Amino acid sequence: MVGLATVFGAGGGTSSYEEIENTDLIVLWGSNARETHPIFFHHVLKGIRNGAKLYVVDPRRTTSAEWADVWLGIDVGSDIALSNTMAREIIRAGLHDPAFIRIGTSGFDDYAASVEPWTLEEGERATGVPAEVIGEFAHAYARADRAEICWTLGITEHHNAVDNVLALINLGLLCGHVGRYGSGLNPLRGQNNVQGGGDMGAIPNKLPGFQDIQTMPEARAKFERVWGCTIPPKYGWHLSLMFEAMERGDLTALYVIGENPATSEADANRAKHLLEGLDCLIVQDILLTQTAEMADVVLPAAAAWAESEGTVTNSERRVQRVRKALEPPGQARDDIWIIGEMARHLGRDWGALTPRAAWDELRSLSPMHHGMTYERLEAMNGIQWPCFDEDDPGSTFLHARLWEEDPQRRGAAAPFSVVPFEPPVDELSEEFPIRLTTGRRLDSFNTGVQSGLYSSPLRRKEAVCVSPEDAERAGVGEDERVLVSSRRGKIEAPVHVDRTLRPGLAFMTLHFPDDVDTNALTIDAWDPKSGTAEFKASAIRIDRIEQPAAAAGGGGGE
Amino acid sequence: MDLHLMQAIATGEERAAVDEVLGPPASGWHGGDRTIELEGHVGYAGRAAREQRHMLLPALQALQGRVGWISDGGMNYVCQRLSVPPAEAYGVASFYAMFSHEPRPKTVVHICDDIACRVNGAEPLIERLERALGPGRSGGLVRSPCLGMCERAPAALLQSAGHEASDVSIGEVTVEMLHPFLHGGGWIESPSGGSLGSQPREGLRLLRRVGVVDPRSFGGYRAHGGYDALREAIELGPEGVIREVKDSKLLGRGGAAFPTGVKWEAVAKQPVRPHYFVCNADESEPGTFKDRVVMEEDPFALVEALTIAGFATGSERGYLYVRGEYPRATEMLSNAIDQARSRGFLGRDVMGGGFSFDIELRRGAGAYIAGEETAMFNSIEGKRPEPRNKPPFPVTHGLFGKPTGINNVETLINVLEVLRMGGPAYAATGTPDSTGTRLFCLSGCVERPGLYEVECGTPLRDLLELSGGVRGGRQVQAILLGGAAGGFITPDRLDLPLSFEGARAAGVTLGSGVVMVFDDSVDLVDIVLRIAAFFRDESCGQCVPCRVGTVRQEEALRRLVDGDEKGSRDRDLVLLDEIAQVMRDASICGLGQTAASAVQSAVKQLHVLDRGGRS
Repeated sequence: MVGLATVFGAGGGTSSYEEIENTDLIVLWGSNARETHPIFFHHVLKGIRNGAKLYVVDPRRTTSAEWADVWLGIDVGSDIALSNTMAREIIRAGLHDPAFIRIGTSGFDDYAASVEPWTLEEGERATGVPAEVIGEFAHAYARADRAEICWTLGITEHHNAVDNVLALINLGLLCGHVGRYGSGLNPLRGQNNVQGGGDMGAIPNKLPGFQDIQTMPEARAKFERVWGCTIPPKYGWHLSLMFEAMERGDLTALYVIGENPATSEADANRAKHLLEGLDCLIVQDILLTQTAEMADVVLPAAAAWAESEGTVTNSERRVQRVRKALEPPGQARDDIWIIGEMARHLGRDWGALTPRAAWDELRSLSPMHHGMTYERLEAMNGIQWPCFDEDDPGSTFLHARLWEEDPQRRGAAAPFSVVPFEPPVDELSEEFPIRLTTGRRLDSFNTGVQSGLYSSPLRRKEAVCVSPEDAERAGVGEDERVLVSSRRGKIEAPVHVDRTLRPGLAFMTLHFPDDVDTNALTIDAWDPKSGTAEFKASAIRIDRIEQPAAAAGGGGGE
Repeated sequence: MDLHLMQAIATGEERAAVDEVLGPPASGWHGGDRTIELEGHVGYAGRAAREQRHMLLPALQALQGRVGWISDGGMNYVCQRLSVPPAEAYGVASFYAMFSHEPRPKTVVHICDDIACRVNGAEPLIERLERALGPGRSGGLVRSPCLGMCERAPAALLQSAGHEASDVSIGEVTVEMLHPFLHGGGWIESPSGGSLGSQPREGLRLLRRVGVVDPRSFGGYRAHGGYDALREAIELGPEGVIREVKDSKLLGRGGAAFPTGVKWEAVAKQPVRPHYFVCNADESEPGTFKDRVVMEEDPFALVEALTIAGFATGSERGYLYVRGEYPRATEMLSNAIDQARSRGFLGRDVMGGGFSFDIELRRGAGAYIAGEETAMFNSIEGKRPEPRNKPPFPVTHGLFGKPTGINNVETLINVLEVLRMGGPAYAATGTPDSTGTRLFCLSGCVERPGLYEVECGTPLRDLLELSGGVRGGRQVQAILLGGAAGGFITPDRLDLPLSFEGARAAGVTLGSGVVMVFDDSVDLVDIVLRIAAFFRDESCGQCVPCRVGTVRQEEALRRLVDGDEKGSRDRDLVLLDEIAQVMRDASICGLGQTAASAVQSAVKQLHVLDRGGRS
């Protein structure tokens, strides 16, 4: 979100799902949408059915990659190298879009100079993908009439997450694949309302509607008038900074709503330790998470879906109404009620809060939401922002302005970014020779807080997935328990021999922290621009556990 | 596609058989050996992989042919090669009767127990064979619906799996003939000669080369007028060909009697490309063998006619879908296509005429419904051969969703006559509304069963006389016209003119040209029950009226025959009528719509159920 906001001024996917169905080329870059965004993948499938080609960039040959016309199995963390190599090839072949570059972008010359060393051979060396395959991909992307790049955590869960995103945006700018129907740049969101959270200002540098806290004083003043308070004119802390502040002792009280940082954070041992050291930990959640178990106060919340009223905003920026169908169980309360009560107990009476009143206040303060009345949201089955007034149908895709001839209407150009390639922080060595990457599976969600409640015929117990070659080298077979160690911790896990991995690449999920605490291995190196940790790249080793004869053969139970 | 494969692993033999059809696997990601240096960082799949789906049936046939059955491992490998989910592949494989999903002896006898063979001793033959085999080899003997050899009943199809997978069909089968085959090798070719009837050769137009020209010889075909019609077609141009065909008033011989020229014109005019042309040679209607004889004895004629159809409709690819039970026809057609291609009569720049056309030969695998045109498209595409809803019709949305012309064998070879004679001259033969000649498959209790060609409008009586009448001087009890999907008529209606309009006026159908005669010694109840069983077995199960109706029809019939009615006899008779009406009115395709017609005619016209049960 930070990358898109930096370049375009708004942190949202630029295209609609409908455009994925009607584009000519789809790139899933660092995304196994088949399993992790299965609903979005239905739109991809429709696109494929309508004739789109699919390229998947992923270290693993995932189930998404099995659908791809071409799978590019890059080495973990070499995304920028791939992007820069493609850019050089596109420019060299004259397949970029000089007309768009001239009017809609800035900084092309510096960018072109920066990618010049990235020959196809250099790209092959850095990514592992054969030079001719990179070349073919570059040409296919540049020549497509319409092309969409979609990415997820494979791009953002790196120490240089924002640079990764900027590298993808560069490609879109280079070929004019943004701001047009069927051409765009789309981060896929992991939950129904991740987009909405950011839109509503639940990020440390923006007020609702992406109005900057530091650089837009008049916007800040507008909020201060309506809210009757002073807003500190500086950016707040994102999650990684919060943990650093806890470490320094600057942050001593934490109010956690719908998150489970005790297990979802990289280097989980450190995270737990820091949470334990807080003076006050309040957790508001629909379930008693591991974090909630550590809390001083737990506030049981109603489910946002089916038990409460309001709106959510999905990955295509579509604001949709959600409605209450059930009374929440027991003492669980609506989030908005709990927050209102918190305020009242802290000495601020906001009166009887309703979702609609909150929404109408938002509409008065966030221009891009202004035209979205509850009535219109209902009548139009949701509206995509920006929607500036009540005649505005909303926006199927963003940034069409960049193509305007009139500089006034065109507004600020979208800058190219010079992005240097930096390999993952946790280096491979003789001691830790295997690259561990993490991810999710179809039938589980993150730490399993929500999905663990349900049984699934597909679910398999947590295991460290290794290539057949590495399993053989370590002398272990399917289901045998091994010791997995990184520079930060050691865990035991059963082995799953996985043909989709090449030698030197291992994979784990974080779905079952009680069985296998994967995040004890991961590194908390994080991107200073977004605060996202490098879950996707750790260096590990795998050792066979010599078991006494009696205990052997049991495999790993759940 | 992300496949959830089964655990089973294909044997080397199974992989080799599949690779023979599909070529070697491109990479370890598609079932080949894992070569991590080559594929650790790149994989190709997507459209290129999925577009091979149409090779599913040939790949399954390769497995069946090589090892005699389709194992999970073999299926797994095919799925990996073609990017088809195993559940879907199983859905396709299990549709076809000629595939076995359990281990089976390498040599299998399919023996026809259908109506024409029943009146020629099929049941006693099967009993004797079962006794001769003993219980240990029961898997080696399979009952089959009509094998299309009714003129030489009883018929059998011998399958031997292995490297030299070869199928042979034989007629006038005896236990002695099969004895050596069932015990490891060889068989005795049945002594009888050709399949033509006993009519004078002067009367033959469509069949004039049959039995005269060596069917393997391209030169022989050319020496007897072969490829004159294609030359004429190229001179006329596509529009000219269509004009002649329209002028000839040729009606489709597959059963629907649609004007062929109109169909061709509609395909030719479709702006969507490419166009396809399909020859429906999946002749499976019980009692029908005309297309088989043409394909076995005059295969080049069909290749030439299909080429003309492709030329006229702007199709560059033709599919010839031949019944799986016709090994000799397949062999002859395959040879004819190869020879035509090597001599420039197929491929690029056909006959120097500046157009491209090639033919792909596809074999069925034992599914009556695959003869329905849209089911045939699905079969070629590698899907379950279930009929599609119409509209859209094949002329706009046919094979692979593209504009497609489709005709059966007899219709196509008539085009050669049209071009030879000229459309108007052709239209002057036969009757005004049924032009040209028609092929009739005479079988059952006639003196000289076989294939006959007569001008449209010829009375049924004359046709029977050509065949020497009822054998042994017995009396006609009933005649089945049009096969299992047709109907019975009584012997007092022999003046029926064999034309579309004549049949329509009489409330019968000529269908696929079946004329099956039953003398007064035949147990018609047994025949009717076999027909009911046939439809129950061949219903694809897609639509409810047919899936349930064919089962209920057979059950009700059986109760009525056995005197075991539910409630009362009248109630079951009413039920039988209601089932017939529901199937006729509400089934998706012709199978369900006609599944009751022969049964109904037997009950209504022949009163088979009024005779107080079975003797």
